[in-house]
Amino acid sequence: MNRPALAVFILLFALVTVLGFVAARWRRGDLNHLNEWGLAGRRFGTVVTWFLLGGDLYTAYTFIAVPALVFGAGAIGFFALPYTLMVYPFVYVVFPRLWSVSHKHGYVTASDFVRGRYDSGLLALVVAVTGILATMPYIALQLVGIQVVIAAMGFTGTGLVGDLPLIIAFVILAAFTYTSGLRAPALIAIVKDLLIYIVIITAVIVIPMQLGGYAHIFAAIPADKLLLKPPSGANLGTYSAYATLALGSALALFLYPHCVNGVLSASSRKVIKRNMSLLPAYSLVLALIAFLGYMAVAAGVQHDPAYAGWFKQYGSTFAVPALLLHSFPAWFAGVGFAAIAIGALVPAAIMSIASSNLFTRNIYKEYLKPGATPAQEARMAKLMSLIVKLGALAFILFLPGKYAIQLQLLGGVWIIQTLPAVVIGLYTRWLHRWALLLGWLAGMLLGTGMVATQHFKSSIYPLHVGDLTVPGYAALYSLPVNIGIAIVLTLALRALKTPAGVDQTASTDYEHDTP
Amino acid sequence: MTSTHAARRWFWYCLLLVPYAGVLWVPFYNRVDPVVFGIPFFYWFQFAWIIVTAIITALAYFAKV
Repeated sequence: MNRPALAVFILLFALVTVLGFVAARWRRGDLNHLNEWGLAGRRFGTVVTWFLLGGDLYTAYTFIAVPALVFGAGAIGFFALPYTLMVYPFVYVVFPRLWSVSHKHGYVTASDFVRGRYDSGLLALVVAVTGILATMPYIALQLVGIQVVIAAMGFTGTGLVGDLPLIIAFVILAAFTYTSGLRAPALIAIVKDLLIYIVIITAVIVIPMQLGGYAHIFAAIPADKLLLKPPSGANLGTYSAYATLALGSALALFLYPHCVNGVLSASSRKVIKRNMSLLPAYSLVLALIAFLGYMAVAAGVQHDPAYAGWFKQYGSTFAVPALLLHSFPAWFAGVGFAAIAIGALVPAAIMSIASSNLFTRNIYKEYLKPGATPAQEARMAKLMSLIVKLGALAFILFLPGKYAIQLQLLGGVWIIQTLPAVVIGLYTRWLHRWALLLGWLAGMLLGTGMVATQHFKSSIYPLHVGDLTVPGYAALYSLPVNIGIAIVLTLALRALKTPAGVDQTASTDYEHDTP
Repeated sequence: MTSTHAARRWFWYCLLLVPYAGVLWVPFYNRVDPVVFGIPFFYWFQFAWIIVTAIITALAYFAKV
């Protein structure tokens, strides 16, 4: 047991627990209303939104998985850089429109918007179900992050005793999310970021000094991992994989319910736009975090017998914890572990809130209890947030970790299929609701099928174009099929004069702003 | 919306697309040289694009696009 690290960890964890409960009183609102519990009354300004979206996008899984990929596979792991930088111009242009129309009509989820825009409960339902399906494994993966750092502090119990720290962390998470709603992760995100910045900035200064500078670190990386493998013959290899993975992930990211939630809780369009030029600061941090993978290679942690047992159990996901243990005094490693674990709580809370908003608005209220009052909605959402988290916990405790990772890969492929209904819908209602539905279905089947051909181990599908093989992200490959089918069927349905339903929104709603 | 207003908007939209052009053509930057402060081109080139993207979105914000 690593006592100094554990002491610091428990202290910081206790601090955020208190904050999580105090958050209920912050910018007080009636938490028996979904708008208050699930969107914190849409009152978050630039600074809070920055922390909240940062907590959304840069999760414990990011801190563990990105350096792990760089550590294990090299340059390909850096796709996270072009990915996160392509997100912001896209969101800058598109998502203020979603904020405006949602603010005007009181929409809490992207499905609410789809419901209002296309007058189709069914289309809204599939968007909601896709969102929930894509988010669940993502929550489970946050737990993997907590699991790894708990193990790094020397918890080696088996069975229930071994799982106890994780269960405690989750009970805390569930309790403060239940009482405080979105306010809790927003407040905790501030602490999480401070800790992350302290740890990362210290790490990128101190560790290269220990290792003799960046030139030395890069010199330790094998030549075949330092750069992407150039295409050989008629196979574009990692070039097309790298670019499509980055672009597809960028387009998919803000369709995730927890990101939509972050956008909708902002107090104005300006707040979102301002954030899109401030959020790249996190991309810089992400780049530095990715470098930790190379530092772990250069520090030789994988050859250190002290960490052999952990590497055997956790594989390259143990790279960052090993590097922290190797390079810092135990108490500072504890700060790093706390930062990672708290970095899991924030997105897990927002994801569970966003999923329960979807369930409540687009399944419960739509199909189960049409006349639900705002108080009943809020109660249902709170209850759902507990169920969603219990599901994620059971997932991690009872199923092998690889399923969570595989499902999360599929999650990206699935969520991008909602882009036509949501993003194109923000600009035009030309696409017919039934055409969108069938396009979605085709995209889901094709995308899942592509990943299935890779035995669910990779979402990179080797597309054959004539003699050329173009490996690429299944999400990006299935999206044009989805859109193509939607266009063709729209033409057919219009020719048949199939009713298109009534649009609840007006074109000016998409530019609407708070005074 | 006036036509100059629309043209202005399109100008900014095209500018916001520049980072995509910058990072999507992988063969251009998949190389070691020139190395800067010990960091191969592949890495600092993409790092630099993060900063350029932030500047472009910030300019768009101040131009009230």
